[in-house]
Amino acid sequence: MNALQIHSVILIILVPLMSSYAIPLIGWKWRKTAFFIAQGAVTVSTMCSLVILHAVMTQGTIHYHLGGWLPPWGIEYVVDPLNAFMLVMVCVLSFFITLSSWASVEKELPDRKVRFYTIYLLLFTGLLGIVVTGDAFNLYVFLEIASLSAYALIAIGEDGAPLASFNYIIMGTIGACFYLLGVGYLYIVTGSLNMADLAKLLPPLYESQVTLVALVFFVMGMAIKMGLFPMHFWLPDAYTFAPSAVSSFIAPLMTKVMAYVLFRVLLTIFEPSYSLQRVPVGVVLTWLAAAAILIGSILAIAQSDLKRMLAYSSVANIGYIVLGLGMGNKLALIGGLFHILNHAFMKAALFMASAGIMYKMGMRNIYQFRGLRRKMPLTMAAFVVASLSMVGVPPTAGFFSKLYLILGAIEAKQWFFIAVILISSLLNAVYFFRVIELAFFKPYNSGHPAPHPPAADEEKVGMDEMPWSMLIPTLIIAAGIVLLGIFNGPIISGVLERVVPRGF
Amino acid sequence: MIDSLMSKYNYWMYIALMMIGFYAMIGKKNLVKKLIGMNIFQTAIILYYISIGVKKGGTLPVLMEGLPRAADYVNPLPHVLMLTAIVVSVSTTGVALAVLLLIYRRHKTLEEDEILKSMR
Repeated sequence: MNALQIHSVILIILVPLMSSYAIPLIGWKWRKTAFFIAQGAVTVSTMCSLVILHAVMTQGTIHYHLGGWLPPWGIEYVVDPLNAFMLVMVCVLSFFITLSSWASVEKELPDRKVRFYTIYLLLFTGLLGIVVTGDAFNLYVFLEIASLSAYALIAIGEDGAPLASFNYIIMGTIGACFYLLGVGYLYIVTGSLNMADLAKLLPPLYESQVTLVALVFFVMGMAIKMGLFPMHFWLPDAYTFAPSAVSSFIAPLMTKVMAYVLFRVLLTIFEPSYSLQRVPVGVVLTWLAAAAILIGSILAIAQSDLKRMLAYSSVANIGYIVLGLGMGNKLALIGGLFHILNHAFMKAALFMASAGIMYKMGMRNIYQFRGLRRKMPLTMAAFVVASLSMVGVPPTAGFFSKLYLILGAIEAKQWFFIAVILISSLLNAVYFFRVIELAFFKPYNSGHPAPHPPAADEEKVGMDEMPWSMLIPTLIIAAGIVLLGIFNGPIISGVLERVVPRGF
Repeated sequence: MIDSLMSKYNYWMYIALMMIGFYAMIGKKNLVKKLIGMNIFQTAIILYYISIGVKKGGTLPVLMEGLPRAADYVNPLPHVLMLTAIVVSVSTTGVALAVLLLIYRRHKTLEEDEILKSMR
C-alpha cells in the first residue's frame, strides 16, 4: 500500500476538522468563503474515501496507528469493506447535499453562513470519525462531536426548533451515555478498548453477566440514537423544524451512521453467534423493527406536513435496517446493509426535493401541492423516483433491498415479517401516492380563493424551478437511486458479500 | 445481602444517582430541571468510571521505587477517559443552556406544558 492510500484514512478526518476551524477565521473577514471552504473540504474527503475504497477492495483492510502507538494501547483506525462502504456513502451524499445547501442557506440563514458551515463541517467530521475508528471509546468521542453539532444545527430552525433540539439533547445524551456505560462494562471484564482486541478477548467471557449488560446498554443506546420505535419521539420534531439544508443532511446520514454502529457492535465486537443467537437480542430487535415499520408507516399517513411525513417514514425505514440485522442470516444482513445505502439516497432525494419546494413556494403542507408538476416538473420527477423506490418498485434500489429482506425472512422461516414488509409497502404507496396525486393529477392552485381555477388559466402556469445549484444535485441523487437498483448485482457481490462476517 | 451491598457500594451509589438523574430527565416538566437531571446522569457515569480504576492499597500511578508491580498502582486509564467525558458533558451543558436561552426568548417560559400550549 502506498503512502497516499494509508494516509487517506487520517486525511479524511483531518481535512474537514481543520477546515471547520478555518471557516470562522477566514470567514470573519470574507463571509462568502465559508461555503467554498466547506465544499472544498467535503470534496477532498470524498476523493480520500474513493481512494480508500479502492485500496480496501484490492489490498484488504487498512490499519492506521495514530502517533505510531500500537494497538491495543494506542488508538487505531481500521478500514475494512464495511467501513469503506459507509465512508463512500457518507462522503458522496455529503458532496451533493453540500452543493445544494448553497442556495437554501443563502435564503434561510443569510447572516449566519459562517457559523452554519463551521458546525456543518464538524458534524461531517463526527460522522466520518464514527465510521473510521477502530476504538470503542474514540467512537464515543466522535459520536458526541456529531451529536453536539446536530443539536446546534437543528436549534437554528423556526418555531418549535429549539424545543425539538432540547428534547433531542436529552434523548441523545441518554443514548450516548448508555453507549459509554456499555464501553465501561466491557472495560471491566476485558481491560481493553480496541474493537479487534475486544473481539479476541470476549468469547471466553460470554457466560459473564457483565458482558450481557454491556451488550444490552449498547443496543439500547444505539436504538435511542437512531430513533428505533418506541424511542423515536425526538426524531419527527427535530427533522420537521430544522432548516431545509440541515434536515436534508441529518435525515439521510445521522441515523444511518448510528445503524452502522449497531452493526459494528453486534457483528464485530461480539460474535454474531452470541449477540444474535445465544441471547435474544436478535428476536427483540426484529419485533421492535416490525412495530417500527408498521407504526411508522401508519403515522406517516396521518401527517399533512411533508417533512413530518418523511420523518415518520424514516422511523419505518430504520425498522427495515434493524429487521435485516435482527434476523441474522446472510441474505437478511445484505438486505439491511443495502437498505442503509438505499434509504440514505432516497431520503436525501426526498428531503432535497422538499427543500426546493420550501425554497420556491415556501410551503410544506401537502394539500397545497396541487398541480405542482407544472411549476416544478424536474423537482417532482426526482420526488417521484425516490417515492417509487420507497414503495419498492423495480428497477429502483428500494425494490432490491426489500427483496433481500424477504429472501432472508424466507430463509429464517419468519413468515410474519414477510407480511410486515409487504403490508408496509402498501402503506408507503398510500402516503407517497397521495402527494404524487395532488401534485400531478390536480389542477394548479395558486392560492387564490377559487378552489378549481378554469383549465385555460392552468396553461398559463409557467415553469418556476428551484435554482440549478439545488436542482442538479437532487437529480443526480435521484438518478443514483435508479443506478443503484440496476447495478445492485456488482454492489452486492463486490462489496456487501465481503462485509458480512464469517460464520454466515 | 448486606455484604453484597457493602462490598459493591460504589456500583449501588452510581445506580442510585443515575436513576435520580433519569427521573428528572423524564419526569420533570421544567426544562432547566431536565438539564440538571442530565448533569446528574452524566456525573453518575463519571463516578462509576473513576471507581472501577481504584484498587485496595493502590497508590498514585507514578512509577515509584520499591513498587514494581502494576497491582500497586490505581488504574489511571478510566480517569483519563473521564477527562474526555467531562469535556463532553461540559459542552453538552453549554449547548443545552444556549438552546434554553433560545427557547426562553421565543416562548417567554421554560415550562414544557406552557410551551406546548402556546405552540398549538
